[in-house]
Amino acid sequence: MARHTIPFEPDDPCHSFLTTCTPAEYGDGPLAGVAVAVKDNISTKGIETTCASKILKGYIPPYDAHVVGLLRSAGAAIVGKTNMDEFGMGTTTENSAFGPTLNPCDPSRVPGGSSGGSAAAVAAGMVRMALGSDTGGSIRCPAAFCGIVGLKPSYGRVSRYGLIAYSNSLEQIGPLGKTVQDISTLMGVIAGYDRHDSTSQDRPYRHTPAADIKGLKIGIPEEYFGRGVDPHVADVVRKAIARLEECGATTVPCSIPSMEYALAAYYVTCTSEASSNLARFDGVRYGPPPDTRKPWHDAFQEVRRAGFGAEVRRRILLGTFALSSGYYGKYYAKAQVARENVREDFNRIFHDVDVIAGPTMPTIAFKLKEKTDPLSMYLADILTVPANLAGIPSISVPCGSSEGMPVGLQIMGRMFEDERVVDVAYAYEQAVN
Amino acid sequence: MADAEGQVIVGLEVHCQLDTKSKLFCGCSTDYRSDGPNTHVCPICLGLPGAMPALNRMAIEFAMKVAKALNCEIINEAEFSRKNYFYPDLDKAYQITQYDKPLALGGYLEIEGDGGGEKKVRLTRIHVEEDPGRLLHMGNAERGKYSLVDYNRAGIPLIEIVSEPDMRSPKEARKFLNKLRATLEYLSVFDSEKEGSLRVDANISIKGSERVEVKNITSYKGVEKALTFEVTRQKNLIRRGQKIDRETRHYLEARGITQSARSKEQEHDYRYFPEPDLRPLRVKSWLDNIVLPELPDARRERFIAQYGCSPSHARTLTGELKLANFFEQVVRGDPSGLSPLAATWIADTLIGELNYRDMSLDLVDPAAMIGLVQLLKSGTITDKSGVEILRVILDQRHKGEATETPDAIVKRLDLGKAPSDDTALLPVINEVIAENPKAVEDYRHGIDASGNFLVGQAMKKTRGKSDPKVLYQLFSKVVRTKEV
Ligand SMILES: [Zn+2]
Repeated sequence: MARHTIPFEPDDPCHSFLTTCTPAEYGDGPLAGVAVAVKDNISTKGIETTCASKILKGYIPPYDAHVVGLLRSAGAAIVGKTNMDEFGMGTTTENSAFGPTLNPCDPSRVPGGSSGGSAAAVAAGMVRMALGSDTGGSIRCPAAFCGIVGLKPSYGRVSRYGLIAYSNSLEQIGPLGKTVQDISTLMGVIAGYDRHDSTSQDRPYRHTPAADIKGLKIGIPEEYFGRGVDPHVADVVRKAIARLEECGATTVPCSIPSMEYALAAYYVTCTSEASSNLARFDGVRYGPPPDTRKPWHDAFQEVRRAGFGAEVRRRILLGTFALSSGYYGKYYAKAQVARENVREDFNRIFHDVDVIAGPTMPTIAFKLKEKTDPLSMYLADILTVPANLAGIPSISVPCGSSEGMPVGLQIMGRMFEDERVVDVAYAYEQAVN
Repeated sequence: MADAEGQVIVGLEVHCQLDTKSKLFCGCSTDYRSDGPNTHVCPICLGLPGAMPALNRMAIEFAMKVAKALNCEIINEAEFSRKNYFYPDLDKAYQITQYDKPLALGGYLEIEGDGGGEKKVRLTRIHVEEDPGRLLHMGNAERGKYSLVDYNRAGIPLIEIVSEPDMRSPKEARKFLNKLRATLEYLSVFDSEKEGSLRVDANISIKGSERVEVKNITSYKGVEKALTFEVTRQKNLIRRGQKIDRETRHYLEARGITQSARSKEQEHDYRYFPEPDLRPLRVKSWLDNIVLPELPDARRERFIAQYGCSPSHARTLTGELKLANFFEQVVRGDPSGLSPLAATWIADTLIGELNYRDMSLDLVDPAAMIGLVQLLKSGTITDKSGVEILRVILDQRHKGEATETPDAIVKRLDLGKAPSDDTALLPVINEVIAENPKAVEDYRHGIDASGNFLVGQAMKKTRGKSDPKVLYQLFSKVVRTKEV
């Protein structure tokens, strides 16, 4: 395969990147020479991969994530690794051990998270497209806050092999880009079965976006326009949905009653899985070496206390508690029931409608350091986590602005109907441009 | 039948490495024992961030073979779970194992009970899990300078077979283990000769007292030893009116004792939850395609019926796959049908001589055994010479010297049976009678021991080559004649 290089020495005023590859190599293929940024929780052979955590500082994976291999063989130039909330735990990218990323639309605001670096790199025009990961909104939130497009694929459509796990049962790798076409192109490269990921599906993505949505039925859940949602944001999104109606779609009001428990189910599930996933970072193989003069359990504790940030420690403690004997039934098992209820709600609604639309985020991007209380931060995920709990595809497409900041229109579809949510987003994009 | 107060009650948890070519969740080879540390590893079995397990189908097939052979029920939707705990040899800080939805439930294994006859030991469950890595302690385990980690073993497929507390003595526990080993070997899913391929945790209690778990038993003999130690320890405590603590103890193989584990190790909360990176196992239908080979019990019955083996010889011979195969090779090699004789010579004499030398059956050539049994059958040599020949053969093998055939040894050592006709033996008989008048007198008065003594003297003079039966008859004839 022919190898070429492009120089990649950008200014990075918003601190989108943790690592840049200069020059970046690329080959032949459909993405030949296209600069692609990769979130720092996706393993890249020979390129430091830290999850924005001190505990992984200096870790250079000896292998490529499946999607990175696919990118390379499609000819893409991997130009660097992007900033994020430590291990994906956050909604602002402020929880990075290496400093926050700023929002290119307003540097006094956060870019959203946890894939804030990827979104900012695209929004700032540093790269045409980027990979992120979405556990509870981590692609869609920064896409909405930065005014770009982001897709969380159906669970199983993109291999997670090499994605440093935060919450295995919820997360997916997905594309971020300036346009729906770019999202679709990148999705075409990364989707498909991988024998290394037992949860992956043999459902490759071969699709060219089509703008025709005549006869499409759109469900409008009341919960997406209710309490906690900024009325200005809700207005912008309602207008966007009206545009879709002008294109021939019809809307149907609906309700997702299980959303009452969705956030709780989400946080119990993801913290439980995270407490187990992150246990391996004990100083024996990664991070600063432990004090070998101490008994190993003491040394482990010290390494972990010093190596993880506050939010990560908080979630590990929550998850450890939720799984402990005597509490498993109360928390983890209950969360799985609530999750099943969310799935059933979506199934019921998708009997009558083709997609569901609403705001991606309840507000515009926060000011830096605006959200200090973890609970109010968790509440910001309320509109994105249902898609992760149900595993369904969901896209965020820019649909106007409020207070000069971008607002995202979220479109969720039936399981494995990623093509359809892409088409609806494309139809909107074409209608407004 | 309810157990009486004071009865010993034993249940076992046996971990066996499945003899697959590759590990449970990755493609790394399981054949690591002769290679350096950390040479059979990859991102998956090292638990590198982002690596995911992909199930080795073969390991599940092997486990299902075992389940079928042990009469277990395969459950409809088995599941892998994570068992979370910190230990430096555990690369992910969790072990992928099975918890509330194991592969197989129930089942039983029949052993020879202490009371004689067959005894069913019920099984609770069989589940599949991955082996952790290994720590190599440099220096003393407690106060060593440092430890090294070797992940070659990490990810080797294990099955854990859990029995009900159905055994009533350390001996029954050993028999259970031997029978289990034989069954796994017959199924070709297990290699008992690989170091560390079997590990046992035992639960033992004295009826009416608390239960103690003994961990870390790594040999077949160790099980009986560890449990015997525990029975004595627990009975002594009870005798002194002391209470037995419900606790975990470690077996220290070198010292043959058990030692209380630190209390910290006893309070584990493993925080089990379903492994999100693997799908549920829906494999019950695979059962239809699993064809079991002849298992130890069936083979034992066949040996009795086909070769006329005694039940006890048949049990010994079929108790190890290699031994059973060896026996059949010897029997097939002799068309004249020497089965019962071969059974005796293999099950009793050969095994005894091998154990004495701590020697493997692998070193014995079936052809040598065929030759030996034929010499015995034809009456060419005495039993005593037979043992001598066998010892020569085994010693030569053991030392790696050039080996001789039984025939050649007979010639070289002149072990051919002395002519049994009276004329050749009479001078010897007369000599012995002349030298031992007191014994002759006693023999004449009906003291059998004296007759045996006289035969022994005559055997000495013929260097063991005479048939003792013939000698005895001659003595009785000569002594009687002299009386007349
Ligand atoms: Zn491996």
